[in-house]
Formats: sequence, structure tokens, C-alpha cells
Amino acid sequence: MAYHGIVIAGFGGQGVMLMGQIIAEAAVIEGKHSTWLPSYGPEMRGGTANCTVVVDERPVASPVIDSPTEVIAMNYPSMVKFGGRLQSGGILFVNSSVVDRDIERDDIEIIKVPVNEIAEEVGNPRVSNMVMLGAFVEVTGIVGTEAVKEALKHKLTGSKSALLELNFEAVRRGAEFVRRR
Amino acid sequence: MKKLMMKGNEAIAEAAIRAGCRLYFGYPITPQSEIAEYMSRRLPEVGGTFLQTESEVATVNMVYGAACTGKRVMTSTSSPGFSLMQEGISYIAGAELPCVFVNVVRGGPGLGDIQPAQSDYFQATKGGGHGDYRLLVLAPSTLQEAIELTMLAFDLADKYRNPALILADGMIGQMMEPVELPPMRDLSTLPDHSSWALTGAEGRAPRKVTSFNIDPYGLEEMNKRYQEKYRRVEREEQRWEEYKTENAEYLLVGYGTMGRILKSVADRLEEEGLAVGVFRPISLWPFPDRRLKELSEKVRFVFTVEMSSGQMVEDVRLAVDGRIPVHFYGRMGGVVPTPEEVIRAFKKLL
Repeated sequence: MAYHGIVIAGFGGQGVMLMGQIIAEAAVIEGKHSTWLPSYGPEMRGGTANCTVVVDERPVASPVIDSPTEVIAMNYPSMVKFGGRLQSGGILFVNSSVVDRDIERDDIEIIKVPVNEIAEEVGNPRVSNMVMLGAFVEVTGIVGTEAVKEALKHKLTGSKSALLELNFEAVRRGAEFVRRR
Repeated sequence: MKKLMMKGNEAIAEAAIRAGCRLYFGYPITPQSEIAEYMSRRLPEVGGTFLQTESEVATVNMVYGAACTGKRVMTSTSSPGFSLMQEGISYIAGAELPCVFVNVVRGGPGLGDIQPAQSDYFQATKGGGHGDYRLLVLAPSTLQEAIELTMLAFDLADKYRNPALILADGMIGQMMEPVELPPMRDLSTLPDHSSWALTGAEGRAPRKVTSFNIDPYGLEEMNKRYQEKYRRVEREEQRWEEYKTENAEYLLVGYGTMGRILKSVADRLEEEGLAVGVFRPISLWPFPDRRLKELSEKVRFVFTVEMSSGQMVEDVRLAVDGRIPVHFYGRMGGVVPTPEEVIRAFKKLL
């Protein structure tokens, strides 16, 4: 497996930090090396947040990256900022539930996922990040679904473990959406 | 052993507990507040004491008091908070007390910002408070190393009866990566400080632990003792890592976060056919000057990169002593240089 530098960005409250942590932890579960680096400015719900995840077969030297190989943009400002920095040939995942414009690049692959609508169908709008995670895992194969489930189990413990099935279902539905595309 | 994903601040806190630290005093400040948060939850579980103080000035004096008892004690803070602690640190160094400080550095000067920086190097290594004293300063570049160096900091502090400092930055504090935790230290194996510690004078003569001596000749003798200790530390405790230095024609020098980014720089330059090595000081004081001097006799030039206007580069220049050019690139204010921009800066020198 080659090196991956992934940027996940959106509004605070959309769960972008958790998405990154799940990807990083799933990679480690699979025996790969990974770092998770958050932006930690004075952020709040509704502000912008992002994190950078590096996944590699070798120990990760720099957790800071120049241009990502994959970008997950959960809102329009994130798509403009990080989609523009994406490597040529990279993959841009866009939350098409809230982003209604296109990025002017023809050298990248763009995967649009209406995560809010799918999350509503699953039964809880708050799992839209897990829908996107499912789509990301299905398309890139950087980590496997089983490792993602395992990582979710580490994150959702105690009273939150009741939410595990809901989150698994959201991941599954995200993957299903991009398979049917 | 099982690998865990941990945040840097939490890894440092857990490492301190596993090193036998049962006393923590602190005041919250970004980007290290997770250390205090973690300690507040974890210390009561292991029979320790967590205390949130009213200020960093109170913190450092509580650390001073606790260190007088010979118990392992720690505090953590970030740049402005570390400035506030300097008076107390000078007293602790003068009283020759073991304890551990953590400074998760952020952009300065003044209130600055909360992003990762390396602009507290002078303060950490040259004595931020008054008087002729030194801190043992260790700079981790990965979270696994942050754990190892936190454990080592307690051991070195005990060995030399001197305060030790973990100099990290906001990136080390905030990032996550897999770590393996060492086993919990058996408290009965910790160094014996009963010959000097203040433990209550029952059954023995009262003792005094102080940095004070009104007689200049007496104070000079105390200073001679400190200096003798510092020379021993300089001889025995220089630590560094070398990466691809074997046949290097050029040498990159950086510590902490910058040190690991420079490894990516060296890898990419190698792909372009350039033989570039990395020298990463782990102990910032004592600065690993002997090995750097040796390496400087084998390369064309040294390129130092820091997240500051250029502080460690002064120690690099002292070690290299004019034999070859020492170039510098830095970003300030909490900006972390990317590998690509360091490569661009490096290529301008060729």
C-alpha cells in the first residue's frame, strides 16, 4: 500500500475529527502506521475544523503534508480550500447534501455523497459523518470495514455503545451508495 | 504489546504516572490542558493527588514544596505559563530538587497564539530564570519518544537532583499516533532520597532545603557544586538521533516536530539523488555538540530548520565552529513548515 495523506474538513459539529480518528485507528488495527493531526484553533460548533491523517506502511515521519492524496469536504469552504490542494489524480469526497457547486478541476476524481439524506434514512442525522466514512472506505480501500468497526468499538464505549449498530449501519449505507453509483 | 492510539498530551500524562509520579499541580492553558485533564481523572485512581492551582506562580511553588519531600512531582504548561514559573524554577534549581516540567510550546512572544512553535528554546536551555543554573531539557519528536523521555526525565531529575523539562510543542501535544505503554513503575524501586528529603524531623535533626546563602563565599561553593554537576551532565547525557547520515553530503538539523518533518525532507531529496542526512538533538541541554562536530567534518554544509526565528542554530554554530557554512530556515508565530517548503529552501543553497 502506498502513502496516503488525507484531509478531512467541515464545520465544527459535523464529526470530522472523529472520522479522522477512526481512519487512523483502523489503519493501526490493520498493522499500518498512522498519525492524526487536528487543527485546534479557537473552534466551535459552526466554525471550521479539519484534521490530517497520514497512513503508510512505514513509520510516519511528517504528520504535516503538502498536498493531500484524498480530501473529504463536508462543506463548501472546505471543498474550495482543500480540494484546490489535492494532488492531481487524487480523490475528492464531497458532502453533496450541503455543497451545491462544483470545483473547477478535471484532473481529480470527485465522489459526491448526499450524506445528510442517507443519514436521515438510517434514522439519525448525526451519523452523516459515518455515511461519508463508509463511502470513503469503499472507494479508497485504505482501511477495511472490519477495522473501521473495531475502531468504532474503541470510540463508542459505555452508554455510547448503544449507538454502535446505528453507526455500523450508517457506514454500510455509505458504502452501498457508492457501489450503486 | 498492544498499540494504542493516544493523544500526545495524554501519552505524556500516562507516562508520568507510570514513572511513579503521584503529584501533579497545574493550571490549564492551550495546547496542553489535556495533561491536567487526564491527571485529574487518572491520579485519584492510583492514589495520587491532582490539584488545579490558581495560577502558574502558585503551581511552581507547590511543585517546589512537593519536590522537597523527595516524591516524584510534575507540572505542565505552555509558553506564557512557563514564563510565569521561571522564578520558582530558579529556586528549585538552586535548592537542587528533582521534579519534571512540561512545556508544550505555542507561538509567542506575549500572549501569541496557540499553534505549535519552538520559540522557547533559549528560555529552556539558557536558563529562563535568574542565576547560573541549567535544566535537563529533552525534546520528543514522536509520541512513543514522548513517553520514553517523560520516564527518562524523572530518572535524570532524581539522578542529578535537578529539575528536568520536556520541551514539546502544540503538534506533539495535540496529535495522535500509536504508542506502546511501558509497565507501571513499582514505587518501592524509586531512588531513595531519605538522606536529604524533608519528611518530618521525628527522630532526627531538622533539615533545611534552600537556595539561600547570605555568605558570598558559601554561595560560591554552592555554585561550584552546581557547575560540577552540569559538567558531568554535559559529559554523560548528550542524546541525539541520526537518520541517513552514513554517507550524507549535506546535514539537516532540527529537533522535536521539525526533526521528524526533516526525515520526510531527507527521504524525498534522496529520491532525487541527493545524499542528505538528519541530525536530531534529543537532549537540547546538554546540546549534543560532540557528535555534531564530528559530522560537520564530513558534510558540505549544515541546514538548520526551526519553528522559530533561529534559536537552536546558535548552538549548532558553536558546535560546527566555523568549519563549514551553517544555514537556517525558520517559520514563526505557530506556522509549521511543510516538507516541500523546506526542500525549496534547501535547494536554493545548492
